[in-house]
Amino acid sequence: MSVPVSQLDTDATVVQTGAGYSEQRVALVDLLDRLLAGGVVLAGDITISIADVDLVRISLRALITSIRPDDAPSQESGRR
Amino acid sequence: MTETGTYLYGIARDLDPNALQEVRGVAGASVRTVANGGLIALVSTVSLDEFGEEALHDHLEDLDWLENVARAHHRVVDAASAVAPTAPTRLATIYRGDERVRQLLEERQKAFDTTLSRIGGRAEWGVKAYVDPQTSAQATTEDAPAYGSASPGTAYLMQRRAQQHTRQEAWQNAAARGEEIDTELRRVAEASRRHPPQDPQLSGRDGWMVLNGAYLVDADRAGEFTSMFTRLTERHPDVELELTGPWAPYSFAGEDA
Repeated sequence: MSVPVSQLDTDATVVQTGAGYSEQRVALVDLLDRLLAGGVVLAGDITISIADVDLVRISLRALITSIRPDDAPSQESGRR
Repeated sequence: MTETGTYLYGIARDLDPNALQEVRGVAGASVRTVANGGLIALVSTVSLDEFGEEALHDHLEDLDWLENVARAHHRVVDAASAVAPTAPTRLATIYRGDERVRQLLEERQKAFDTTLSRIGGRAEWGVKAYVDPQTSAQATTEDAPAYGSASPGTAYLMQRRAQQHTRQEAWQNAAARGEEIDTELRRVAEASRRHPPQDPQLSGRDGWMVLNGAYLVDADRAGEFTSMFTRLTERHPDVELELTGPWAPYSFAGEDA
């Protein structure tokens, strides 16, 4: 299966995430693992269920935008 | 006038609020604290035009928007957890106002105290392991039989079946490596958790992801953990291992509350 080159920053073998380290080296996909499936779960007043957020759709969008060169997804992860 | 809400990043204890002075939250907002009973909530103001129920639902599927919010959330949590025990909340936890957050601290005081005691002085480390399917298959096909005497059709079918079998076996071998690595890492961790394998389209990685683990490690055992990681990379040269961290204990904050 050929997978389009992702725009996400994944090349680092050891990624320092502690305060003061270069935040841009944290891969978005690792962050989403933790922020969408980890953390204290509270009801909040604005009731959206993160469980409803369809990560498959998110990744499909990432895929679609990554094959449209004129509308590439955010490359901030590499730039910031 | 735009309605606003209070975005909650996490809950800390013994935090000097000055530590967050320079940190910008989502949408560039400054970060405040709401305190009650020794607990300190990290919050900032958000516009409900952007973070209201309907808007949020649409935005969460927009990868660029999601990335900006996730990185801002991480920035705040990271700054706090560097100086004090901090339990991050899940992305996009929003209240009507600061008073609602104060009530939350009061109502859930015991659960938050338990969580903060469990994660205090500990950090999360991430270890991911990848196996190349071809390398793994080669390692299992060394003794593949020949089909010279069978008819071409039969030989083809037998070969197909053997290939499928090989792939299955290769996958089992690869998965077993993931288990083995996880078991070793857990010996140095207070708690561990397996995240589902990442979507290759999000990670940009080919190959089988056989481990996407998170490990809660005592601060004074961090060196032991990273040494274990290094030993495992040497012991498994055909497995690609990746270490991330130290993270705020995202994967271990949800259990008591």
